[in-house]
Amino acid sequence: MAESKLKLNGVEVEFSPGETILQVAERNGVDIPTLCYLKDCTPTGACRMCVVEVKGARTLVASCAMPAGEGMEVQTDTDKVRVARRLAVELLLSSGVHNCLVCEANGECKLQALAYEYGVDATRFPSPTEIYPIEDDNPLITRDFSKCILCGRCVQACNEVQVNRAIGFGYRGAEAKIVTTGDRPYDQSDCVFCGQCVQVCPTGALTEKKAKGLGRSWETQKVRTTCPYCGVGCQLWLHVKDNRIVKVTAVEEAQPNRGRLCVKGRFGYDFVNSPERLTKPLIKEDGEFREASWDEALDLVANKFLEIKEKHGPDAIAGVSCARSTNEDSYQMQKLFRAVIGTNNIDHCART
Amino acid sequence: MTNSFADFDKAEMFFIIGSNMTEAHPVASTFVKNAVLNGAKLVLVDPRRTALADFATTHLPLKVGTDIALLNGLMHVLITEELYDKKYVESCTVGFEELKAKVMEYPPERAAEISGVPAEQIVEVARLMAANKPAMLMYTLGITEHTCGVNNVLSCANFQMLLGNVGFECGGVNPLRGQNNVQGACDMGALPNVYPGYQKVVDDAAREKFEKAWGAELSPANGLMIPAMFEGLADGSVKGFYIFGENVANTEPDIAHVEHCLEEAEFVVCNDIFPTETTRFADVVFPAAAWSEDDGTYTNSERRVNRVRKAVEAPGEAKPNWWVFKEIAKRMGQDWEADSGQEIWDNEVSMLAPQMTGIKFERIENDGLQWPVPDLEHLGTPFLHKDGCFTCGLGNFKAVEWTPPAEVPDEEYPLVLSTGRRLYHYHTRTQTGRSGGLNDLMGEETADISLADAAKLEIANGERVKLSTRRGSVELTARVTPEVQEGMVWMAFHFREACANWLTNPVYDPVSQTAEYKACAVKLEKA
Repeated sequence: MAESKLKLNGVEVEFSPGETILQVAERNGVDIPTLCYLKDCTPTGACRMCVVEVKGARTLVASCAMPAGEGMEVQTDTDKVRVARRLAVELLLSSGVHNCLVCEANGECKLQALAYEYGVDATRFPSPTEIYPIEDDNPLITRDFSKCILCGRCVQACNEVQVNRAIGFGYRGAEAKIVTTGDRPYDQSDCVFCGQCVQVCPTGALTEKKAKGLGRSWETQKVRTTCPYCGVGCQLWLHVKDNRIVKVTAVEEAQPNRGRLCVKGRFGYDFVNSPERLTKPLIKEDGEFREASWDEALDLVANKFLEIKEKHGPDAIAGVSCARSTNEDSYQMQKLFRAVIGTNNIDHCART
Repeated sequence: MTNSFADFDKAEMFFIIGSNMTEAHPVASTFVKNAVLNGAKLVLVDPRRTALADFATTHLPLKVGTDIALLNGLMHVLITEELYDKKYVESCTVGFEELKAKVMEYPPERAAEISGVPAEQIVEVARLMAANKPAMLMYTLGITEHTCGVNNVLSCANFQMLLGNVGFECGGVNPLRGQNNVQGACDMGALPNVYPGYQKVVDDAAREKFEKAWGAELSPANGLMIPAMFEGLADGSVKGFYIFGENVANTEPDIAHVEHCLEEAEFVVCNDIFPTETTRFADVVFPAAAWSEDDGTYTNSERRVNRVRKAVEAPGEAKPNWWVFKEIAKRMGQDWEADSGQEIWDNEVSMLAPQMTGIKFERIENDGLQWPVPDLEHLGTPFLHKDGCFTCGLGNFKAVEWTPPAEVPDEEYPLVLSTGRRLYHYHTRTQTGRSGGLNDLMGEETADISLADAAKLEIANGERVKLSTRRGSVELTARVTPEVQEGMVWMAFHFREACANWLTNPVYDPVSQTAEYKACAVKLEKA
C-alpha cells in the first residue's frame, strides 16, 4: 500500500490509517485546542473546540473524531476556524457560572485559557438561572455543576480509563447533568474515589476538596515521586506550597500508571502533617516514655547492643526492616546488622 | 513479576488467582479491565466474587486453600488432551515426567471434589487457556499466605510453563507485590539468607566480596526469619529486637502471642513516624522522616527502581532512617561514608548488587529502570526468561501435592476465616487512618458473610456479631454479601479492635515462613 499523505496547513505530512486529524497534527507539532478530547478514549466531538477546515467539506469538522484521509487538505487556524472556536467558548461560558475569582481551577482551567486566547470577555447569551446545587457531601471531591461544560471527559475517565462505571450523562437538553446511578451523591454511589474525573476535568467543576484554599496552581511547586502504598509504584506529582503537600496528581505518560491513580494514592497523603507524628527520640523509663536528645538515645541503643553482643553473642539481636521505606534505608539496616552487629538476623515482612 | 504493567492492557488472556486487584492494586486492575473491554479473556480464580468477576469470562469460586488441587486438575486436562505446549516443554523445561505422574492423580473429578469447582468448568478453562496464548498469570497473597504457599507458587509456575507462557510479552508469572517497596527490601538483602542482589550469605565468594566492601567480618550462617525471631524472644535466645517501621503487634498472626513475645524482649528499639501498637513495647523510639521527607528509591512489582523525593521537611527532630542506622554504626565503631540516599545507592547498592549495576540516580530522574540492568547503557528488562530461556538454564517443573490448610472447620469452629486488604485503608491505618476523608469512606471493619450463613444463623446485615477462633475473638458488624461463599467469613486487618489478627493462625509455610492468613477455622455468632 502506498504511504498515506495529507496536507496540514499547506505542508505534506504522512499518516497511518486510523489516525485522526488531531493525532496527525499533534505528531507534527501543530497545536489544535481541545476541551473534551481525552487521549486513548473514544472521541465524542462534543465541545467543537478542535474544529478545522477541510477542503471540500460542507462544514468545519471536529479533528478529534475525523479520520485522516488520503489527499485531505486541512487548515487548522483560519479566520473561519477562529470564529467558530470563539463562538464555542462563548456558548460554553454562558452555559454555567464561571467566576474565576474564587475558583479552585483558576490558572489550570482550560476553558479560562481558551477564553483568554480567543478574547472572550463576556458572552452575548443569557446564563441559566436554575443550576444544580454544589455537591459537597463526600470528604474528597467537590462537584460544582455550575462550572460543568458537559464535555464528558470525566465520564470517559470513569468508564473507559478506570472502568469503574460510576458516572454517565443524565437528563436531557438544558437539564443535562453528569450523574451516578440514580443521580445520587458520589458517596452513596458506585464511585470508588479514584479521582480520575477530577484529574481530567478541564474546568473547576470537579476539584479536590482537601486542597481548597491551600494554594493557587502558580504558587505551588511540583515534585515528582512514587506512591507510598501498594506495589504498583504509581508516579505522582506532589503539589507543594509552604512546606505542605497541597494535593497529589498523577504524572501523565509515566510508567507504570500512565496518568492514573487510586483513592489512596491521590488522597492518602496528608498523614505526614498529622499532629500525632513522632518528633523527638523517646526513651522509656519506669514504664513511661520521656523525650531525649538524639545523642542520648543513639548512645543508649549502641551501648545496649554492644552489651548484648558481648554477653550473648551477635545472634541474640534481631531486626525487622521496613517494606514501606526506601531501598537505601533497608540497605543501611541490613548493613548495620551484618557488618556492625555481626548477625544475619535481619528480615522484613517479605511475604505479606 | 516476570513481566511488566505495560503488558496488562495489551494482553489477550489472563489467569488471575488469589488477587483482589481492584482493591489491593487498583491501578493495575484498570489496565486489566481495559484489555477485557478490548476483547481479552479473563479467568478469575477466587473464593470470593470480587469486583473483577464482572469482567471475567469465567469465575472459578474455589474453596479456600484448594489452589493446588485445582491447578493440578487443569494440568491433568492439558496433558491428557495433549493441549500443552510440547515444543516448549521439550526445549525449555525439565521434570515433565515427574509433574505428569503427580498431575495424573488429579483428574477433573477429584480436583472438583476438593476445590468445589465443577469438573466440566475445569475442563472448559483448561481448553480456553490452551487456545489463547500467551496468557498472563497474576497472583497475590491468596496464593502465598498459606502453609502450602510455596507449593501454590510452584503450581502456578508449572501451569504457565506447561502452557509455554513464560518468557514472552503478555505472559509470565506475575505476583503483584502488596507493599510499595517489599520488592526493594528483598533486593536490598533485608532477608536472613542473602546480601543485596540475592547473593547468598552461605556462599564463601559472596561473603568475601561483602567483607571486603564493608571492611568487616561477616557471619557465614543464615539468620532468623520473623517467626523464629518471635520464638527467640519468647525463649530468651533473642534479647535485642530492632523494629523499623513495622506495626508487628497488629500485622502478625495471633496478636496475643505476638504481644507476649514483645513483652519478653530485653530491649526493643523502634524507628517509626507515629506511635503505634508496636512502639508501646519499645525501650527507645526514634522519630523518622516519612515518605515525601527524604530522597531515595522504591522498587515496584515489575522490578522498576523508581525515585522518591523529598518535597517537605520532616517535623521536629525527625531524621531519615538511613541516618539513624549510620549513627548507630558509628557509635558501635564503624564510620560509613555515604551521607545521602543517592550516595548509598550510587556508591554502594549499585556497585554491589549485579542486577543494579546500570542504575544510577541520574538515569532514573524520570521513569525508573527495571532490573536487571547490567550496564550503564542498558535500558532495563521488561520481562524475564526471554523466549523461555530461563536464568538457571531450563525451567524446572516441580510436582506438588495438594495439602489442606493447617486448621480446617470442625464442629466447634465450623466456618473458614480468610483475610486481606480493603480499598480505602492500608494495613494498620497508621497512614490512611490519618489522611483526611478515608475514615469517612470506611470507618469500621465488617465480617463479610454469605447470604446462606446469615439466613442459617438469623444474622441481619448490619447486626453485631462475634467471631471466635482458638486464638481469640472480636466483635464487629456483619456485612451480608453475595461476594462471599457459604461457609466462609472474610475480614481485613485495618482496625485494631476488630483486627483479623486476633483470630489468625500462627502457622507457616515451612520454606517461606509465610503465615496462613488466608485460612483458619472460625465460629460466627450473634454478639
